[in-house]
Amino acid sequence: MRTREIPLLSAEGLTKFYGDRLGCSGVSLDVYAGEVLGVVGESGSGKSTLLSLLSTQLRPTHGCLQYCMRDGVVRDLFALGEADRRFLLRTDWGFVHQDPRLGLRMGVSAGGNVGERLMAVGWRNYGRIRAEAVDWLARVEIESERVDDLPTTYSGGMRQRLQIAKNMVTAPRLLFMDEPTGGLDVSVQARLLDLIRGLAADHGLAVVIVTHDLAVARLLSHRLIVMRHGRVIETGLTDQVLDDPREPYTQLLVSANLRG
Amino acid sequence: MTACASYNFAYLDEQSKRTIRRAILKAIAIPGYQVPFPSREMPMPYGWGTGGVQVTASILGPDDILKVIDQGADDTTNAVSIRQFFARTTGIRTTTSTQKATIIQTRHRIPEAPLAERQIIVYQVPIPEPLRFLEPRESETRQMHALEDYGLMHVKLYEDIARHGHIATAYAYPVMVEARYVMDPSPTPKFDNPKMHLSPALQLFGAGREQRIYALPPYTRVVSLDFEDHPFARTRFDAPCALCGALDAYLDEVVVDDAGGRMFVCSDTDYCAGRRARAAGPPGAAT
Repeated sequence: MRTREIPLLSAEGLTKFYGDRLGCSGVSLDVYAGEVLGVVGESGSGKSTLLSLLSTQLRPTHGCLQYCMRDGVVRDLFALGEADRRFLLRTDWGFVHQDPRLGLRMGVSAGGNVGERLMAVGWRNYGRIRAEAVDWLARVEIESERVDDLPTTYSGGMRQRLQIAKNMVTAPRLLFMDEPTGGLDVSVQARLLDLIRGLAADHGLAVVIVTHDLAVARLLSHRLIVMRHGRVIETGLTDQVLDDPREPYTQLLVSANLRG
Repeated sequence: MTACASYNFAYLDEQSKRTIRRAILKAIAIPGYQVPFPSREMPMPYGWGTGGVQVTASILGPDDILKVIDQGADDTTNAVSIRQFFARTTGIRTTTSTQKATIIQTRHRIPEAPLAERQIIVYQVPIPEPLRFLEPRESETRQMHALEDYGLMHVKLYEDIARHGHIATAYAYPVMVEARYVMDPSPTPKFDNPKMHLSPALQLFGAGREQRIYALPPYTRVVSLDFEDHPFARTRFDAPCALCGALDAYLDEVVVDDAGGRMFVCSDTDYCAGRRARAAGPPGAAT
């Protein structure tokens, strides 16, 4: 396919120093449309720094980041104006936080949360905004009668699904996820993973997912990046990396995984 | 009344007035934009109209005629105190008549009688930032104004409809100024929002504690935010004013006894009194 030739997101030598401390160093990667890229590694390995850089929430010390816009033009994201960057963040992109309180407005109803992006891009018809919100809540398995409830009345798993609905309502092409299943119990995790996999497949969504849970990485991602001490130490297809790890550290990581 | 000799004209020193006038000029040049200004200590607590008083003090001249209203009334504590304050510190004439005044300082209401080009209305503003209760960070709200990132304002109205079935915001109802800045029209009831649109009078807003001044030059387009299927609607009253019978005025509920008795009367006392005087006929013409 021709569209596969140009990566959606392309990073070149991304490096971030926090003062003297290294956040991540020399990370280059490509994300193609419709693919799920997993970033794994232990705590403090630079995964979250990388995600913040890729989603332009942090500015890198060195390196560049390019994105193929909806009109097919490839643009340098850090040269983009603040207004364009914000527009991108809430239309073509989504960001699912580990803690739903960071991604949701807890004092605003579920419908208002989902509708926020629509109103930000100019929707001004209450009935249509609400219908769209109800539709998206149904797609993430939240009953329509909960549309006017505050997220504070939702369970952990529901909040996370609401956060996904809020991000998906503008049909983004790229979704960033930071440990989306962290803190959820195993059965809820399984449903959420199922949902994310379904959405990614149905909508041809590209996903960059950061996780320390190799089981999540195996279930969701097509390709894996293994990070340690702020550097990428191994990349490859998910089954290749997990079943036949090359680097000693990756071998350690895989073998350290508890098997029930 | 002559001016009190121990104070400068209108209490503030001339340098402070110049600073505030510069902020006012900038505010007029950018309608709806909140201009920071160095708010001075005034002889009254924050929340009593220190912002409005500083704006009024900076624009008052010896020939001005001042009217001060609080909730539309000329005779409430706040209005009387501020009127006396300026009478003592400037010696200018004061009035309760909307038509005769050149400067009207107000806490909530815009007078019912239409304003004219020669008039200035000064609003006392407690919280100038319309996005404040949705986004607590000042750095973020400033950025949102700069980028015209106003989706959040509609989230508030959406929540109103989701909870109450209609836009229940009855005061401080957000407006769009000249299709650019979203502005909080201070705690004025939404009933008065349409009066701001294309008003011939200059409208100045002062927030003392928050140190912000903003303005609407004469004939500025001011549009209340709404949804296509839930349009902005002015507050309507079921009954006319119990005193003057006005059908088009904003009414206050007044409790009249201990048995639950109440009546609805005009909040604009000057308008109500004027109507009653005219109904009674011209002075001397009574039978």
